[in-house]
Amino acid sequence: MNEIKNVRHSRIKERLAFYLLWVFSILTIIVLALIVSDILVKGLPHISFSFLLEEPRKMGKAGGIFSVIVSTFYIVVLSVVFAAPIGIAASVYLTEYAKEGPVLRIIRYGTEALAGVPSIIYGLFGYSFFVVFLGLKYSILSGALTLTLMILPTIVRTSEEAIKAVPSSYREGSLALGATKLQTIIKIVIPTAMPGILTGLILGIGRVVGESAAVIYTAGSSLGVPDSILRPGRTLSVHLFTLASEGLSAENTYATAVVLITLVLIINFIANTLINKIFIARRR
Amino acid sequence: MENVRIKVRDANLYYGDHHALKNISIDIYDKSVTALIGPSGCGKSTFLRCLNRMNDLIPNVKINGEIQVAGNDVNRYDVILLRKKVGMVFQKPNPFPMSIYENIAYGPRIHGIKSKTTLDDIVEKSLREAALWEEVKDRLKSDAIGLSGGQQQRLCIARTIAVEPEVLLMDEPTSALDPASTMKIEDLMENLKKQYTVIIVTHNMQQAGRISDYTAFFLNGEIIEYDKTEKIFYKPRDKRTEDYITGRFG
Repeated sequence: MNEIKNVRHSRIKERLAFYLLWVFSILTIIVLALIVSDILVKGLPHISFSFLLEEPRKMGKAGGIFSVIVSTFYIVVLSVVFAAPIGIAASVYLTEYAKEGPVLRIIRYGTEALAGVPSIIYGLFGYSFFVVFLGLKYSILSGALTLTLMILPTIVRTSEEAIKAVPSSYREGSLALGATKLQTIIKIVIPTAMPGILTGLILGIGRVVGESAAVIYTAGSSLGVPDSILRPGRTLSVHLFTLASEGLSAENTYATAVVLITLVLIINFIANTLINKIFIARRR
Repeated sequence: MENVRIKVRDANLYYGDHHALKNISIDIYDKSVTALIGPSGCGKSTFLRCLNRMNDLIPNVKINGEIQVAGNDVNRYDVILLRKKVGMVFQKPNPFPMSIYENIAYGPRIHGIKSKTTLDDIVEKSLREAALWEEVKDRLKSDAIGLSGGQQQRLCIARTIAVEPEVLLMDEPTSALDPASTMKIEDLMENLKKQYTVIIVTHNMQQAGRISDYTAFFLNGEIIEYDKTEKIFYKPRDKRTEDYITGRFG
């Protein structure tokens, strides 16, 4: 009798746990849906080709966001171009060459700590180092270099994990054929770890696109189309922040938010298909 | 009289303080299959890895004594050239996550072969020698991970052959395979020994008996007995060899 009771009890508990988990997961989706739909409802009606292709007028109160899109594009591309090779090289060194010991532990601890530093701190450092000390002024270059520093820890960490996940039997197989360590890393280890490395890069791009604090103090918030990377520019997030905080135009604020969200979604989509493609091609 | 391909004299190996190989001396003959048998942890795989210096990858390993492959001291020889001459097939099939073709072409490419036609020829020849060509010739571009375990192991053999080694080291090459695949690989060895010096570590006594010409029995880091396989199996000189062969321990 008791046994049956126990079974019934645990079955009820099981049910209860299931419904609770279900409710909470639905809750997170609902929150996300609310945010996205709020922005879409308020912003979508103001999206048009002219909004995307016209330059802002009256400090963004009127006109479009063309120059802002261009600046965002420049900053994203530049920071990835800087961060990817440095990040991958560093993670290769840390996983394949560095000997376990106090130095490696300090570097690991350092990258972990850096990944958690608030972006405004990076902005402050970027301002005093790139903008003032190196004399790069408020520019796309200063902004991109600052963001490079900001996303580097994430890229190093994810690449490290991806490289560590490459089975050592691949390395042994390659070395046993007479390959050097460098050949093994370039031709076997990095290609195998590529999906993971790309994930890190894309997470980095996501942070760059969404960042405003570190950019305002380094790339400035000039509304013109930058004709060189030494000129200042305003990214989407900074534009959104400025419009919202100065209460210039609710329509344009929400329309900009729509573009920002869409961009992030597109980046995620590209990342996922890219990663799936590589993975599935491998598994077949 | 057969040619000695590998000559080892008084080799000792230490993992830190652990004395893993003790005074190993052995002559291994060309164009034959030599089996290394013995219980787990007796040093047979460690010894195999001395011959292509895979032990270099492990920190705190110290080796002394003389290990010669084709007259060259392995510890003074260039390690890249040594590993090209002394190929290795591992316990678990480890094809690279790329196409069948790329797996085989990888070795020749890193050793400087660029011509597409030469590579095509090497790929076909190696796959034929490894008895895999007929099964994969129509899908050379497909991923090696999709092959069965037995096919993967033959691919690894083909990949090793592709760099034209003189010696083939096999570290329990069939222990992860089903009986049918095991049989295919055993048949294959019959042909391989015509061209290469084959050394195989095996846990499977019947396998050693079926395929090897010579057998060395390892115990606690020493070679207890080394002779022609039939002698080891039918007239072992040492009591410990007899006990192991007859399954009294191990």
